[in-house]
Amino acid sequence: MSPTMGDSGKPLFEELGLLASEYDRVVDLMGREPTDPELVMFSLMWSEHCSYKHSKPLLKGFPTTGPRVVMGPGENAGAVDVGDGLAIVFKVESHNHPSAVEPFQGAATGVGGIVRDIIAVGAKPIALLDSLRFGTLDSARSRFLFRRAVEGIGHYGNCIGIPNVGGEVQFDERYEDSCLVNAMCVGVVPHDRILSCAAKGLGNRLVLIGNRTGRDGIGGASVLASAELGDDDADKRPSVQVGDPFTERKLMDLCQAMGDAGLLVALQDLGAAGLTSAASEMASRGGVGLAIDLDRVPLREQGLAPGEVLVSESQERMLAIVEPAKMDAVVEMARRHELDATDIGEVTDTGELEALWRGEEVVRIPSLYLTDDVPFYDVPRDAAPAAVAIDLASVPEPDDLSAAWLSLMGDPNVASKRWVFEQYDQLVGAHTMRRPGGDAGVVRIPGTDRAVAVSLDCAEWHTEIDPYAGGMASVLEAARNVACTGAVPIAATDCLNYANPEKGSTGWRLAESIRGMADALTAIDSPIVSGNVSLYNESPRGPIYPTPVVGIVGLLDDASTSIGSAFDRHDDAILLIGYGEPRVDASRYLGRCEGAPPAPDPSADAALFRLLAECARRRLLKSAHDVSEGGLAVALAESCIAGGIGAGIAVPAGRRADEALFGEGGGRVVASCDPSHVADIAALAGEGITVVQVGAVGGDDVVVDAGGSVARVSLQEAAAVWEGSIPEALEAQ
Amino acid sequence: MSATRVAVLRFPGTLDHESAARAVEGVGGQAVYAHHEDTALPEGTQAVVIPGGFSYGDHLRPGALASRTPIMAAVKSHASAGGKVLGICNGFQILCESGLLPGVLRPNASLSFICRQADLEVADSGTAWTGGRLEGETLSIPFKHHDGAWFGDPGETRVVLRYKGENPNGSIDRIAGISNLSGNVMGLMPHPEEAQDPLLGSVDGRVLFAALLS
Repeated sequence: MSPTMGDSGKPLFEELGLLASEYDRVVDLMGREPTDPELVMFSLMWSEHCSYKHSKPLLKGFPTTGPRVVMGPGENAGAVDVGDGLAIVFKVESHNHPSAVEPFQGAATGVGGIVRDIIAVGAKPIALLDSLRFGTLDSARSRFLFRRAVEGIGHYGNCIGIPNVGGEVQFDERYEDSCLVNAMCVGVVPHDRILSCAAKGLGNRLVLIGNRTGRDGIGGASVLASAELGDDDADKRPSVQVGDPFTERKLMDLCQAMGDAGLLVALQDLGAAGLTSAASEMASRGGVGLAIDLDRVPLREQGLAPGEVLVSESQERMLAIVEPAKMDAVVEMARRHELDATDIGEVTDTGELEALWRGEEVVRIPSLYLTDDVPFYDVPRDAAPAAVAIDLASVPEPDDLSAAWLSLMGDPNVASKRWVFEQYDQLVGAHTMRRPGGDAGVVRIPGTDRAVAVSLDCAEWHTEIDPYAGGMASVLEAARNVACTGAVPIAATDCLNYANPEKGSTGWRLAESIRGMADALTAIDSPIVSGNVSLYNESPRGPIYPTPVVGIVGLLDDASTSIGSAFDRHDDAILLIGYGEPRVDASRYLGRCEGAPPAPDPSADAALFRLLAECARRRLLKSAHDVSEGGLAVALAESCIAGGIGAGIAVPAGRRADEALFGEGGGRVVASCDPSHVADIAALAGEGITVVQVGAVGGDDVVVDAGGSVARVSLQEAAAVWEGSIPEALEAQ
Repeated sequence: MSATRVAVLRFPGTLDHESAARAVEGVGGQAVYAHHEDTALPEGTQAVVIPGGFSYGDHLRPGALASRTPIMAAVKSHASAGGKVLGICNGFQILCESGLLPGVLRPNASLSFICRQADLEVADSGTAWTGGRLEGETLSIPFKHHDGAWFGDPGETRVVLRYKGENPNGSIDRIAGISNLSGNVMGLMPHPEEAQDPLLGSVDGRVLFAALLS
């Protein structure tokens, strides 16, 4: 026998994205040629997107355990204990390729997918964040993608009623063809209500809940998400799913009600590879088999082939395991929520996934073949040349430091992202204490006096130049943002966005950055509890930067102690707290991904985080704001704009005044406090951390004196440039 | 004396019922949910809140489908008997669609969703809804909507709240909230249930919930 041929004249397995060697392995495992539906299932489950076949071996380096970890990687989302019998559940996920092809629906369904991951654990979603990367705004295509992706996120997130509390947006020509849309969702659940996806109980019913199944999103995980983008991307539009947030909201309410009533044995969302992925994960995880009758799956349109029903990525669907005696209650509860809940099969003891279609068996595969027997690949690890530090003499010194400062405030990568986050409901639920635009979003844990602080961040330039240090920097930037609110970082999630791992130094960057992330996470006691990998973010024009987006969750035991980034009052003392010297290397001021930025020091950051948390607990600080892109001068101006009051500081010039103002690196925080608290704060600083009083809040201008070179901008002008940059870039053309 | 019983309406797609119920309880009322299919308000209901959200997914027009549900017939009877009704955001849209308030809510002039903290000027101190604040005094309450530009004849209504300064959504006369002429039915686009707690930035929304109990 020979493999089935596809429409194009090539073997079907090749059209579906499998290698010949992978096809041979399927035949070996099965002991026969797979049926067409079986082959479709293998092609999806063995795609990079579903199997992590190029990255899984590397992910083993992450710390994933700790005293707070309730549920680590492998489930729909991770969970950590936050006291009061509650767990916080969270995960970040990419929807990059669909967003590049159809940004509105791509981004919207990205939100829908990550929310269902949280619902599947039995949790109530309480916050959303997004990390977005596009080409520069002088490109019409990038402006289109940016506008539409933001609208899509708003459309979906606003309608399902989960507040959007933070995130980041970056623009760089490297993302022109391959934009990145990563979404994170945070939920809360009592420990005893956490649901697993493991199917259990011989004879228990397999129940499909929510939307009907249609043709949308067929092959999304393989042809779209696991290959480079190219010129024929418009043809891939049918592979993008279409979202319906109203149904998702009903699904969210229904799943919570069913969880509360104890009606569910297990729950799993249908995402990439649809029913195939959901059923095989549930079976493999529970060590059981599942028999599905495809004729019972409610369809939106007639004429779907069995393989299409099995891999459709129609949105707003969940798969549950229900005891037979509770079926009536499940169906009735779904009816009251105006949703379908359909018995489509049962739990068996075969360990196999079986599917009947028109009374005939069309699929019989041991589920582990799909979930665990994918061939793993070692990525080539060709190191890139070592970085060389920037010769400062080669960087022209600006004639006018004040003008350079204003110009940096207007760099879209530095400027206010208000245009983005004003399109999102930041407040629904009435628990949002710190809104987007500050260091991290802070959300009270409903029904308690505690709060969580959440940030999503990445240092992609640093990771390109020195992936080990860049991996550390990505973790520490996110964690520093969380620490600036006074929260203690407790756990992490990650979304690894990389180019084609089989090409160039991408594999090496992937491996090295994971090593750097792992070391930093260990140093700050924040294990990874969930994550996602998105490879092949590459087009004929080239690869994206290695972009390990890190989400850090921090805990405030007393929500009322949280700190914002805004300066408060005339004559408050301004402190520069932290470690490290500013450098122009790979800074926004330099404007190029060049040089050798200094590696961060995770143990010093850990000491900085302890200091900030202790200051918050004792209510010693009035504001704290991370020094990141744009350096000290931009951080100072941002705290001024947020507070509507000016400030003046003096710092040493170091190697050069412009580097002192705009250089980046180390772990530095601009903070403010009542002058009477300065000594108390300095006394609490641990080893390696300095606390220096550099100036005072007050006036209508923002002024920095760097060793005698004085830069000054008016608060009003700085705010106008900073706030106006992105809207103007979008309107200008 | 027992607490004033306030019915908080829930339609499929309502989002703010929990925060509205907390706001009711926060000013000393007792919140009871009423559902779209119910043909009567809960026993002993003295006032009604229609919270925000995307009832029926905003299909057709925001508020259009919810305004034709059985529970809204009960709300109309309650209002015509002089009972208080507070509609917030989508609740305001439902009140206009059901004819309990005049006018319509059109898409924002920017054609985009806007979420922002706003200063609202008291434009009419004669209703119960602003807790005795004088005309020109301000309340800091956030708004967040895509279809929030009120359009109609201000002469047919009492303008209770206006956006201070720049008009954020293109509504007639910078209108943020109106009541009927008799003053018992109030609708506003901003979200007073999200201005109840100092940790969230403002407590100025309490007066609108306190008015339900007066």
